[in-house]
Amino acid sequence: MNRSVGRRGFLVSGAVVGAGTLLTACTSNEPEAAAAPTQQTAAVGGTDNDQPGTRVVMGFSAPAADHGWIAAIAKNAEAQAKQYADVEFKPVEPTNDINQQISAVETLIQAKVDVLVLLPNDGEQLNQVARKAMDAGIPVVNLDRVFPDKLSYRTWVGGDNYGMGVAAGHYIGKKLKDKGVADPVILEIQGIATLPLTQDRSKGFADALKSYGFSVTAQQDAKFTVESGTQVAGNLLQAHKKIDAIWNHDDDQGIGVLAAIKEAGRDEFFMVGGAGSANAMRDIQSGSGVLEATVTYSPTMASSAVKLARLIAQGKGMSDLVENQVPQSITLASETVTKENVQAYLPLGFES
Amino acid sequence: MTLLVRVREARHLGLVVALLLLAAVGLITSPDTFGTSSNLVSILALASTIGVITVGMTFVIIGGGIDLSVGAVMALASVWATTLATQSYGPVVMAVCAVLVGTGAGLVGGFLISYGRMVPFIVTLAMLVAARGLAQRMSDRKTQLIQPENSAIVELSTTRVLGLPLLVYIFALVVVVGWLVLNRTTFGRRTYAVGGNPEAARLAGIDVRRHTMMLYALSGLCCGIAAIIIMARTTTGSSTHGDLYELDAIAAVIIGGTLLTGGRGTIIGSILGLLIFTLITNLFILNGLNTSDQLIAKGLIIVIAVLLQRRGLESRT
Repeated sequence: MNRSVGRRGFLVSGAVVGAGTLLTACTSNEPEAAAAPTQQTAAVGGTDNDQPGTRVVMGFSAPAADHGWIAAIAKNAEAQAKQYADVEFKPVEPTNDINQQISAVETLIQAKVDVLVLLPNDGEQLNQVARKAMDAGIPVVNLDRVFPDKLSYRTWVGGDNYGMGVAAGHYIGKKLKDKGVADPVILEIQGIATLPLTQDRSKGFADALKSYGFSVTAQQDAKFTVESGTQVAGNLLQAHKKIDAIWNHDDDQGIGVLAAIKEAGRDEFFMVGGAGSANAMRDIQSGSGVLEATVTYSPTMASSAVKLARLIAQGKGMSDLVENQVPQSITLASETVTKENVQAYLPLGFES
Repeated sequence: MTLLVRVREARHLGLVVALLLLAAVGLITSPDTFGTSSNLVSILALASTIGVITVGMTFVIIGGGIDLSVGAVMALASVWATTLATQSYGPVVMAVCAVLVGTGAGLVGGFLISYGRMVPFIVTLAMLVAARGLAQRMSDRKTQLIQPENSAIVELSTTRVLGLPLLVYIFALVVVVGWLVLNRTTFGRRTYAVGGNPEAARLAGIDVRRHTMMLYALSGLCCGIAAIIIMARTTTGSSTHGDLYELDAIAAVIIGGTLLTGGRGTIIGSILGLLIFTLITNLFILNGLNTSDQLIAKGLIIVIAVLLQRRGLESRT
């Protein structure tokens, strides 16, 4: 018995050290990246809640970052935890393998952390291990991809995919309505079409457009990568000789979409992005291209999740609410970033 | 020999007919968009990246091997060439870097296969995983933008000569050089010999190991060139570039009539096979159909192409 605990302890420390070396190794790539704005977003509030309190050991597990958004999630969580002297942050090696993430969370449970922040690779498949943590008395803050079983998490905080589509639909619908365009050609470039989050986004987009009497002319999916963004956009531009508006679900793949638009030399339409990368925001700010706005699905939610996890572990509530405990669920609003307000959002944008 | 030549010609004829049929479908289903010159340019530009890789893949497969690492090596080359350190040396160094990284990865794989006596499938599979991992590590899993001062790379995609983007000329050049090397040089004849019967090739005085290594280096070189094209098209280097390109390239080579067992095949066939695939993607998007159906269609085409080829061969022999 003793021996197995010892071995697990060793595993955890190995994972922590591993994550540490990974982080230091990665930062070495950025000697000249001074031009880039804040890579991480950490908020320092002005209430008593931020005063040092009981010591909290916080476990953290998220998928491996093969995308700018997920990379920003891990960075934001780490940066926020560092703001607090009373938080000991224990991230485990990020992985895209469900099996590995389950055992990583198990090691955190064995290590008896005070609170867990989990962004599962898949809510359904990680549900059981999250439940195990809750049963062991470790509160779980579920980040973004929701566990189906409410007994598996204390609090959920995440973005609003449907709302993201709604925000994009309203921006495009209103603008075209104001212009008086009849029967506009509206294109939608999705991420991975099979994901529920993509379907939610598309539904919100269609619903919002419907309130203006518009509908989506054509829809294609681009796998969330720059390269497929270029390919899909290149073909769509050929298919439609006159376009009024494009909504692209994801700013990372948007780099490719914009490259294809530039290559085709087209500018008769405007485009709205999604997620809110720093890159897209800089484009919006310069106003030189077709990208006019982006609707957020901000990885700052990781910073918020860490703050909430700390409060839960310390038994405190949110200072702006009356209740003594943190709410059970928090859905972030999808905000629309345009040239007018981009200045305020730039520090929150993530590097793709 | 004449029989073989005739079979080969007939095979190309089938591919050309298939291409024409697809084009006819395009003209009927989307008459105002399909036949436009800008759509044709767009198809060629789309085909350029995998096209260059397909040329290298054709050599490897004719030589009796397989290269699963192409997409990952291309991604690695694009990432290496777009790190801030590389970018500080300007666009020429970036391009050279991409080509060197590709060739280097190919040489390593080829060395392990020929001198380490390892199975190509396994070595290149290992290279696929490792190269993608290294690309992720180098880029910190971020998308690396080409800096404005290096926009000369992007201009390969935006600058047009006689209506075609420069990168299409790169693609054409690679195809022409590849064809010449395969059909008009001893290197090409040795490739057929090594793939057809390595033992006989060895007895005929060919250094089979060295030649095999060179084939994988050649494939890597093509990946490096493809990396330059993808950088120009997307304005980025990224570890996600070229996902599953190996499958598209292998499928194009097979549809083109190259035998997976080696010893027989043509570059023209591979390119026709690739154009068929690219045309399908284009047709599906022009008609607003989704990607799932597109994948089903591609799968069917691979099966049909191979069935037809087998029947064609059997009826003649």
